[in-house]
Amino acid sequence: MAKKTNEPKLDFKTDWAYEPAPEDTSHISLKKKYDLFIDGKFVKPNSKKYFATYNPATDEKLADIAEADAKDVDKAVKAARKAFTKWSKISAKERGKYIYRIARLMQERAREFAVIETMDGGKPIRESRDIDVPLAANHFFYYAGWADKLEYAFPNRNPKPIGVAGQIIPWNFPLLMAAWKIAPALATGNTVVLKPAETTSLTALKLAELIRDSGLPDGVVNIVTGAGATGAAIVNHPDINKIAFTGSTDVGKLIQKAIAGTDKKLTLELGGKAANIIFEDAPLDQAIEGIVNGIFFNQGHVCCAGSRLFVQESVADIVIRKLKDRMETLIVGNPLDKNTDIGAINSKEQLLKINKYLKIGKEEGAELYQSSCTIPTKGNFCRPTLFLNASQSHRVVQEEIFGPVLTVQTFRTIEEVIEKANNIPYGLSAGVWTDKGSKIFNLTSKLRAGVVWANTYNKFDPTSPFGGYKESGFGREGGLHGLMPYLRF
Amino acid sequence: MERLEILKTYKIFIGGQFPRTESGRYYPLKNKNGDVITNICLSSRKDFRNAEVSARNAFGGWSGKSAFNRSQILYRIAEIMEGRKEQFISELVMQGRAAKSAKEEVELSIERMVYYAGWCDKYQQLFSSVNPVASSHFNFSVAEPTGVVAIIASEEKSLLGLVSAVAPVIAGGNTCVVLASESKPLCSVTFAEVLNTSDVPSGVVNILTGNSEELHCHFSSHMDVNAIVTYRNNRKEIKAIKENASLNVKRVFVYNENSLESDKAESPYFIFDLQEIKTTWHPIENIGSAKAGY
Repeated sequence: MAKKTNEPKLDFKTDWAYEPAPEDTSHISLKKKYDLFIDGKFVKPNSKKYFATYNPATDEKLADIAEADAKDVDKAVKAARKAFTKWSKISAKERGKYIYRIARLMQERAREFAVIETMDGGKPIRESRDIDVPLAANHFFYYAGWADKLEYAFPNRNPKPIGVAGQIIPWNFPLLMAAWKIAPALATGNTVVLKPAETTSLTALKLAELIRDSGLPDGVVNIVTGAGATGAAIVNHPDINKIAFTGSTDVGKLIQKAIAGTDKKLTLELGGKAANIIFEDAPLDQAIEGIVNGIFFNQGHVCCAGSRLFVQESVADIVIRKLKDRMETLIVGNPLDKNTDIGAINSKEQLLKINKYLKIGKEEGAELYQSSCTIPTKGNFCRPTLFLNASQSHRVVQEEIFGPVLTVQTFRTIEEVIEKANNIPYGLSAGVWTDKGSKIFNLTSKLRAGVVWANTYNKFDPTSPFGGYKESGFGREGGLHGLMPYLRF
Repeated sequence: MERLEILKTYKIFIGGQFPRTESGRYYPLKNKNGDVITNICLSSRKDFRNAEVSARNAFGGWSGKSAFNRSQILYRIAEIMEGRKEQFISELVMQGRAAKSAKEEVELSIERMVYYAGWCDKYQQLFSSVNPVASSHFNFSVAEPTGVVAIIASEEKSLLGLVSAVAPVIAGGNTCVVLASESKPLCSVTFAEVLNTSDVPSGVVNILTGNSEELHCHFSSHMDVNAIVTYRNNRKEIKAIKENASLNVKRVFVYNENSLESDKAESPYFIFDLQEIKTTWHPIENIGSAKAGY
């Protein structure tokens, strides 16, 4: 039985409404058709095939994208190999200056990048404008400065570039992931063949235009578009020295296995299922914001999303009530609208996967709760969702859903929550909410995860190393540690 | 009257105890004249699994010890090794080494243990960072041990290879299961006895004797092992190890046993390889009038 409360119940059925505030799209320039970016030029694919990319919020086609086959990938690798000879030998200062140029150009064209990112991927314009694009530019800016300072990062170790890096990135932060991959690779003197995800190629191709405009020597960065087969061609190419992959744990394992017989170096940034832990002494209103940001940021398409909520039993009722109230205020809809909190699910396929998990969760006996908001009739949308009374063995608790779906479990003691939080194959991130400093340090040292947010969640910065424990992958991106995967000693 | 010698039984080392292999199997160890010196345990998959459980159970306690304490314990290992020096030398000689080079190997092994003992409370400051993020947060990264490490130690450098493999792993707070040299296993058992009398908690290091062709697949496919290190340059085994490692995204490191005697084998980066970097964020309150220095 819920306790009676004297607090007034929040009423959401008022005349208050947000007027639409859509971002203008007239200033962007998109071509009808995009070719592959190899050796500094856009070239037609050997496959002669193109695939369409859609706006997931409207189902409208945005452009045709070239599909790279193994021959195209080979061409890109050859260009990268040729470019490596020169690029690894030009002065580190010059290398840094090229990267600075890319950073500045991205800042200048930030608005265009943000709008295209939102149109192609479905994320709210507020996020692409305030997070994805500025962070991407800052990432280039940060690593540009490292180019001529590597000797200080690794004293007495004589750091050297590895060679040609094959980089495969996901669809949840398309431009940002491209920046996370390309910036440290260039700063350390490597050359790159990068493949964006097939549903979100556009900002990577706009980045290719920008790189061409920056005057970066031909072949230093090559961008090949396509789906899994294109990625496999990169992974299996004999003249690639390093693979950097961000994506699902399943594909990460396939890649690790595929290159077992080679000397290729590997970094993997894979899935997660983070515990977000709320103690009774936490600042609850801030914690509610942290829970919402943790799971509903970018529609929950975040490998480090706080998708498992653990609430201490004594405050569970109040936290769940406040959380439900806060969810009622979330606006789900047109990603280009500046008021939108939750945009479109990235693809039909992903929406199907999320809906499959909603069904599984109900069948397993967890209690489904969704906000009462309306969602657009066209496009791929999903209401913010809770699974209350979830238990550790539920698949919705153990498996990564990659959508706006939060499981809720309660706990009594700190030992219990540490055990539950760690009892999962993943180890990418975690959240802790408490006012007690010693409790924070106790927990952060015991949670087996690469990033721990204490009294905050989903914060990123170029200077801050990011990456997983256990099956969430290995290697770090960001900060000094992010240089190491691209160097040999 | 000539005294009848008591022969030592060489057994494996799991969870601080010296059991025989559960499989009941053995292989005879012979000297260069072909005489049997002793019978050695031919460890099985089940032995490995038991050892892994011991290593996992020991991980929380060992990784939770203060760096200073770990350093003291590693130094203690070196002290006890020094006391057993003659025994190590005679075992190497029994296995066919010349006395002079046996002495060199034992002394270098002790030096190496001291070297890594010193690193225990120092590498953290090399690999940690405070990260100057642009937002109002305090953000820092520290190194934490990867977990349970499976080690396939050098076949040729039976003591130096064992010590060089184990020291950086445990200096960093990991626990491990080690497959010792098959053809030269004597020192590994004696080294286990050293560990057992050096305040090393039981289960931190577990040592098996046996055959890598049989065991490398089990070492690399176990789902509760976090990393695997091999010193054996066998391309077929390395490939299988890397493939199996993908089952649970194990970290794999292949080291060169030929450089064990050189300075290259001494580096904090051997510790770093088996560390995970953890980044912690916390908000900083922005004090309104704090622009002036205070």
